[in-house]
Amino acid sequence: MTRERAMVPEAEFRSYYGRPVIKAPIWHEPHMPTYLYLGGLSGVSSSMAVMARLTGHPRLARTARVAAAAGAALGAGLLAAELGRPARFLNMLRVFKPTSPMSVGSWILAAQGGLSAIAVAGDLASDLPKTGGRAGRLPGAGGSAGRLPVAAGLAGFLSGAGGLAGRLPGAGGLVGLLPVAGDAALLATGVTGPLTATYTAVLIADTAVPAWHEAYRELPFLFAGSAMAAAGAACMLGTPPAHAGPARAVAALGAAMETVAGQVLERRLGFIGEPYRTGRAGRLMRAARVLTVGGGLLAVVAGRGRTLTALSGLALTAGSLYTRFGILEAGRASAADPKYTVVPQRRRLDAQSSPDRGSDAGAAQPAS
Amino acid sequence: MAERMGFFTDTSICIGCKACEVACKEWNQLPDDGFVFEATSYDNTGTLGASTWRHVAFIEQSRPVAAGGDDGVDRWLMSSDVCKHCTHAACLDVCPTGALFRTEFDTVVVQSDVCNGCGYCVPACPYGVIDRREDDGRAWKCTMCYDRQLGGLEPACAKACPTDSIQFGPLDELRARAEERVTRLRADGNTEARLYGESPDDGVGGAGAFFLLLDEPEVYGLPPDPVVTTRDLPAMWRWAGAAALSAVGAVALAFLGTGERR
Repeated sequence: MTRERAMVPEAEFRSYYGRPVIKAPIWHEPHMPTYLYLGGLSGVSSSMAVMARLTGHPRLARTARVAAAAGAALGAGLLAAELGRPARFLNMLRVFKPTSPMSVGSWILAAQGGLSAIAVAGDLASDLPKTGGRAGRLPGAGGSAGRLPVAAGLAGFLSGAGGLAGRLPGAGGLVGLLPVAGDAALLATGVTGPLTATYTAVLIADTAVPAWHEAYRELPFLFAGSAMAAAGAACMLGTPPAHAGPARAVAALGAAMETVAGQVLERRLGFIGEPYRTGRAGRLMRAARVLTVGGGLLAVVAGRGRTLTALSGLALTAGSLYTRFGILEAGRASAADPKYTVVPQRRRLDAQSSPDRGSDAGAAQPAS
Repeated sequence: MAERMGFFTDTSICIGCKACEVACKEWNQLPDDGFVFEATSYDNTGTLGASTWRHVAFIEQSRPVAAGGDDGVDRWLMSSDVCKHCTHAACLDVCPTGALFRTEFDTVVVQSDVCNGCGYCVPACPYGVIDRREDDGRAWKCTMCYDRQLGGLEPACAKACPTDSIQFGPLDELRARAEERVTRLRADGNTEARLYGESPDDGVGGAGAFFLLLDEPEVYGLPPDPVVTTRDLPAMWRWAGAAALSAVGAVALAFLGTGERR
């Protein structure tokens, strides 16, 4: 097996003593890539918790709710630590700025963090001893609704609300409100979760870094797939295998989406995508691919086997983390070498000034 | 709003004295750059940065200049680089706190009492101008001497420039003056003379600080065709929305498809 791809002819370009034209991202390891992982984990865990609640998978729903809340809280902590002035963390919510993905993302993360925390609190409160004569929380097992999990789940929501209405004057108090508030918050994370998992792709694509900016079509799918693999893996690891069937499916689908998006990204970017294939970033991305594909395949065959489930979950978690570290490293490498900035821009100018020479410019760079 | 003010840096008359770098540092009380010996000509700051708001580039070219029959003459290019104060400024667009703002002179300035050092502006700038000062934690760049402008003074670098290579004034006037200058240089045989950043039609909507160069921009460390990254932001959100919906659909599929086997 050859480790290197076909050699790309050295790009002809001029520069100022080989210095970078743009500044490399100054975000640190492990903070920034770990946040990317945790944001993905939290976001897709929320989607899973909503579906688990609707289809009557209480064990899985509990794990997913905890993963969603923990991922958002830990991620926010890492983001604060990443700032040059951590004490000014709240300045992130000083304005809402649609032109800044980081501003939009801060609001998304704030909502996701708050809602997912309420969703966990509500779930835990429902374990407290009940005093009132309340409708069963999970009627999914009973009657004809059992055949239609979604309908059963909806019935659960409604009965919870009904139980609340009947109990309002009673002694249930705030603790009695929590399960309903938790479910309402959970439903809301069905919106904030997927946004939390994908806005980070816009965040890094909206820079002058060629390997990031030019990948703005594929990066969201790469991140969504990586997030699904991460969340599926966490829920596999945190739920008894007998209850984790959907988590294994999410993990396998995520691994597939991440792998396909990564392949498409590298193929379409060509020369600009070189940093994803070479150097430290290339090693990280290759390791991520092996772990993700391996973990995804294991998730398919793991079934209720504990060892295989554990192996799959760990491989997918590591794969998702490696992907995020590889993406940051590729961005740094892309910014550090002026050829990735100068060559595409020069080609664009040459094509504009003499359209008939466009094909020549292409021939000089067969890698694209 | 006051008239749009700008810099016109005519590199054809730059003598590389670095008075601009020194005047900038003194007026703005900037920390030192680390006293690095770059071993590339007379340049010892290397690049614009958090504490280097003017940077004089020195380019020694050994190719012959075919002028006046004096074959084999080396050429020495010097140019004082600075923040471009773009019409469409990526740093300002992506700043999540509102620390970066546009002044009444149409320049782009960081409010250091608001900046929380998130670092997003740093890779967003297509020219690699703004940077974070690591010991201080905040992002810094040229303000076009906002404080001096408020007092009716020209920026320190333009004031100190002994050859008027750095000219400060209303952008419209500077553009007209630059057009005259480049026409004359070309008529004199400097066929490579060109303006950089003067056109409102370029990828950043025209720079508030533009240049007259004697070679291709990349030779001076400038991007040949910079584009503000936020131009593609609506498309980016559309792709992210599609990916988010795909994830939701895939998760739903995973639950509904395995529902029977739980």
